[in-house]
Amino acid sequence: MDKPTYVYVTYIHTTAEKLWKALTNSEFTRQYWFGISFNTDWRVGSNLVAQNSDASAGITGKVLEYDPPRRLSYTFLSIQAQGKEEPTRVVLTLDPVGELVKLTVVHDQFTAGSKTLESVSQGWPMVLSGLKSLLETGKALAIPHPGCSKE
Amino acid sequence: MEMHADLVFKALADSSRRKLLDRLHENNGQTLGDLCEHIDMTRQAVTKHLKLLEEANLVTTIWRGREKLHYLNPIPINEIADRWIAKYERDRLQALDNLKRALEDQNNG
Repeated sequence: MDKPTYVYVTYIHTTAEKLWKALTNSEFTRQYWFGISFNTDWRVGSNLVAQNSDASAGITGKVLEYDPPRRLSYTFLSIQAQGKEEPTRVVLTLDPVGELVKLTVVHDQFTAGSKTLESVSQGWPMVLSGLKSLLETGKALAIPHPGCSKE
Repeated sequence: MEMHADLVFKALADSSRRKLLDRLHENNGQTLGDLCEHIDMTRQAVTKHLKLLEEANLVTTIWRGREKLHYLNPIPINEIADRWIAKYERDRLQALDNLKRALEDQNNG
């Protein structure tokens, strides 16, 4: 078995239910995830398209696991990598720890020499930071991202 | 939050621990044995440093079969950057914005 490429952990002062909603509901993802919306019915095996704020597709994939509010998994392939790389895999695990929820993101199955790798390694810390801020303070951080207009 | 920031700053305030983070940055997901191989530290010292890094959430571990793999978790560093850099950057941008307004008002007046 290959070892995962990235493992990220963040502790968020919230409930597993709220965090689940923030991860799966576009009303929330738009606020902290560079403006993207998830276009999917979240059924296992269904297609998933993450749309940019200008409605263009940014990421495509398939839902692998949907077990609220504990475990969510989907494949993940950026539009730029279509036809060049195999889909990668994201697994999100939510574990309540006292008043906090431990969120673990495991991202793996990158094609050798993947170009997605670098953008992913820069992306997750920003996304998770914005998510934490949104749930704890009600405001996402104004994180500059190329292609996203400033408020 | 502040208590956690203390743990992060303390964990980072040691060159051996920063070296371990650099090793994981070069090659993520290493066992204790892997980490000890190319570093001038005893296994005991590496174990002790990893424990502190884990407590600060700068290193996270997962099990793969019988192997415990260590991963660099950059999230707390990113939070510090947001807290200590983005904040001051925002102030500077605000200052520039105020200057621009003041100058434009002068021109219009």
